[in-house]
Amino acid sequence: MRELPALGPTRPLKLPKVVEQTLSNGLTVIAIRRPAVPLVEVRLRLPFARANLARAAVLTQTLLSGTDELTGVEIAAELQKVGGGLSAGADPDRLLVSGNSLAAGLGRLLEIMASVLTAAEYPAPEVSTERGRLADRIRVAQSQPAHLAREALLRRIYGSHPYAAQTPTPEQVLAVTPAVLRKLHDNRVHPNGATLVIAGDITPQKAIDAAERALADWNGDGKHHELPAVPELEPGPLTLVDRPDAVQSSLRLALPAVPRTHPDHAALQLANLVFGGYFSSRWVENIREDKGYTYGPHSMIEHAVAGSTLVVAAEVATEVTAPALLETTYELGRLASLPPREDELEQARQYALGTLQLGMSTQAGLAGLAITYAGFGLRLDYLAEHAARLAKVTVDDVLEAAGRYLAPARAVGVVLGDAERIEPSLAALTPVTRMGSEVA
Amino acid sequence: MSARSAAIRIPATKYPVERLTLPNGLRVVLAPDRSAPVVGVAVVYDVGIRSEPEGRTGFAHLFEHLMFQGSENLEKLAHFRYVQGSGGTFNGSTHLDYTDYFETLPSNALERALFLEADRMRGPRLTEENLRNQVDVVKEEIRVNVLNRPYGGFPWLKLPPVMFETFPNAHDGYGSFDDLEAATVSDAAEFFERYYANGNAVLAVAGDFDVAEATKLVEEHFGDVPARKAPARPDFDEPDLTAERRDSYTDRLAPLPAFASAWRVPDPIDDLAGYLPYVVLAEVLTDGDAARLVERLVLRDRSVTSIGGYLGFMGEPFAVRDPTALLLQAHLPPGGDVDKVMTTIDEECQRLANDGLAPGELARTQARMATHLLRDTDAPLGRSLQMAVLEQQRGEPELVNDLPRLIAEVTEAQILAAAASLTTQRRATVEVIPGGGNK
Repeated sequence: MRELPALGPTRPLKLPKVVEQTLSNGLTVIAIRRPAVPLVEVRLRLPFARANLARAAVLTQTLLSGTDELTGVEIAAELQKVGGGLSAGADPDRLLVSGNSLAAGLGRLLEIMASVLTAAEYPAPEVSTERGRLADRIRVAQSQPAHLAREALLRRIYGSHPYAAQTPTPEQVLAVTPAVLRKLHDNRVHPNGATLVIAGDITPQKAIDAAERALADWNGDGKHHELPAVPELEPGPLTLVDRPDAVQSSLRLALPAVPRTHPDHAALQLANLVFGGYFSSRWVENIREDKGYTYGPHSMIEHAVAGSTLVVAAEVATEVTAPALLETTYELGRLASLPPREDELEQARQYALGTLQLGMSTQAGLAGLAITYAGFGLRLDYLAEHAARLAKVTVDDVLEAAGRYLAPARAVGVVLGDAERIEPSLAALTPVTRMGSEVA
Repeated sequence: MSARSAAIRIPATKYPVERLTLPNGLRVVLAPDRSAPVVGVAVVYDVGIRSEPEGRTGFAHLFEHLMFQGSENLEKLAHFRYVQGSGGTFNGSTHLDYTDYFETLPSNALERALFLEADRMRGPRLTEENLRNQVDVVKEEIRVNVLNRPYGGFPWLKLPPVMFETFPNAHDGYGSFDDLEAATVSDAAEFFERYYANGNAVLAVAGDFDVAEATKLVEEHFGDVPARKAPARPDFDEPDLTAERRDSYTDRLAPLPAFASAWRVPDPIDDLAGYLPYVVLAEVLTDGDAARLVERLVLRDRSVTSIGGYLGFMGEPFAVRDPTALLLQAHLPPGGDVDKVMTTIDEECQRLANDGLAPGELARTQARMATHLLRDTDAPLGRSLQMAVLEQQRGEPELVNDLPRLIAEVTEAQILAAAASLTTQRRATVEVIPGGGNK
């Protein structure tokens, strides 16, 4: 037998050079230097809680459709000239404008970003085109099981909270007019409370100066909205959503979780890894590598501003839906009631620490981490603090966290699949209620 | 600020590239870059979907799964645990002309990654139990990606049988359930024996390491893998189309009509200079709102919801051999007219061929392409994967540094000639008829 080589000495987590400055208009700019490739990444995050779902969605698709100076096509061409591109997206917490360009094009990229932030016109023909395209894309999403299962899970866990619905209907989207988009933009697209991240082959202070030059005229103070904390999960019968003739079932469980800053977070993250949060976990080794029920099961903590949730997800063959649920419950229950082995914890810890390094190793990775953390009032130095906390977690901490957060008694479940075939065996394991299907 | 700006200079990377061949025939590419404490390790075998035998559709991909099921010194599950327990991530993927296996890890785990790859290069543990387990897993993969979703396998599995005649080029690379279930352990052993020779493989390492040290580690771990020669690679060429081909199928889950068309292009390996204009043309036609077909079909006519253009059925222009194609694919609004859209595409290609490009149109497209190419090389893993394939198919891993410049050297005349070649009689098209799905 050949021996597995030992690991070399651990490289310390080294943060890149970062400069942060709040501009006079209230915009926070964070500039991060990673010069490995001659490119730059930008991310702009604006708080967007309580914005109407359909209007926010159409706004993201028409923000770049024209200003007082440039048509939408001209904006796209001007961005291309510097190797650039911009796009926008929204969720119940924020509006996010993302893009990149050749490093030498940063000034131009920021100028164009500024021009749409201050002078987007939402021209009627473009709004009509884009809302139609968006409605078509939503129709396609509504034929995808992963999307339907997610919608059902969100409704089940969030009830009347704004997080309960995160995709508008095609009809809602088609009713959005240029006038309401302009009003939404006027009310909400403002620098105060917003964060801009610039990461790449830059000198941070110069990038901040470029942002100040480009965005100084963007002004005003938008309305600020806070969302109530997400409701506690209410365990109850498994919700079954019918999708006749489906060849797989989409299995989803939601469990309680805590924000990144909570004292239990590091232990919970490691408990989730041991359970099912990476390939070398008990659950994946069980239902994929031992039993062959599924291809890509995953379990992850989802952080939103108003609260965090742990979501367990697998697409399983129709005929093994109930057995897959049984194994999932078994693995959750085992970790919630018995301590993990030391080597299981150590393996999960190394994975958590190593993937922090991997996540920081690209421009896009750094930009994504910085803007995500900024949404929660955190900065990149959180990475080092979190690494220190991960290093201290013990087997007993994992058991305690698992008992508190991964207990199957606290799970809320949704299964989307061919109800006629899967309901009897699911009902043998747990009480089941049917939810009206989205699929006609 | 000015409303419009001048053309930008296309930058280049200068990653150092070291090549060596071990005495047993394994080719090695080393590309050091100390900018982050991370390495990417890729092993690429010169076998893919086109090489799998008739009656064994999907076998190259199934075999890829079996390469993760244990090897000489590693129990089942050990590979995953060692990579992830070192703080890394892993995967493998099966393509038309190659199969890759890769890890990215903190750089203190480089030797471990080399050990793991060398161990399975000596031979995977092929057992009946692991084979049956992975057939089940692959069937679930196919259900997730093809059978249980709208537009599954469109167009990469649906268009090749319309365009091509021969089994290697035309068959379903994910495989039929019958063929997958019929696969045996001895099929797998033969496949390994034939194609997984070290002479048929390339190892590439990119990222945070010292070249002399890494060379020593590579020699230590791979040096005693028994030498086996690469099998002769068959010629998969087929004649170009001389008459239009068209087919359609009903997708019971799809809510909107869609279609994809393909035209053969010059040999990407033997005729890179003739091939590059097509790579650029696809972007001139479809990259962003200022691209010709997007502006016309999406924004002006509103006859399509989206349109995309790219090279190769798996969308990887510099990791595919001949025969391959330029593809255009579009989704239409409910009730959309596919014939009308195809006619408009013909018109636009003719217009481009006859009237030429607008001022600045080519330069801006090339600038955006440079960004995409450079961005793909930022992560050490992306670099190692690309360099491994470039070494295997071309013996030119340093092309990673040169592609943005080569793209920028494509001329307007070349684009026009490429556009003129997208004629009806050379076109193969597959149409998706929406089977209802969600209303």
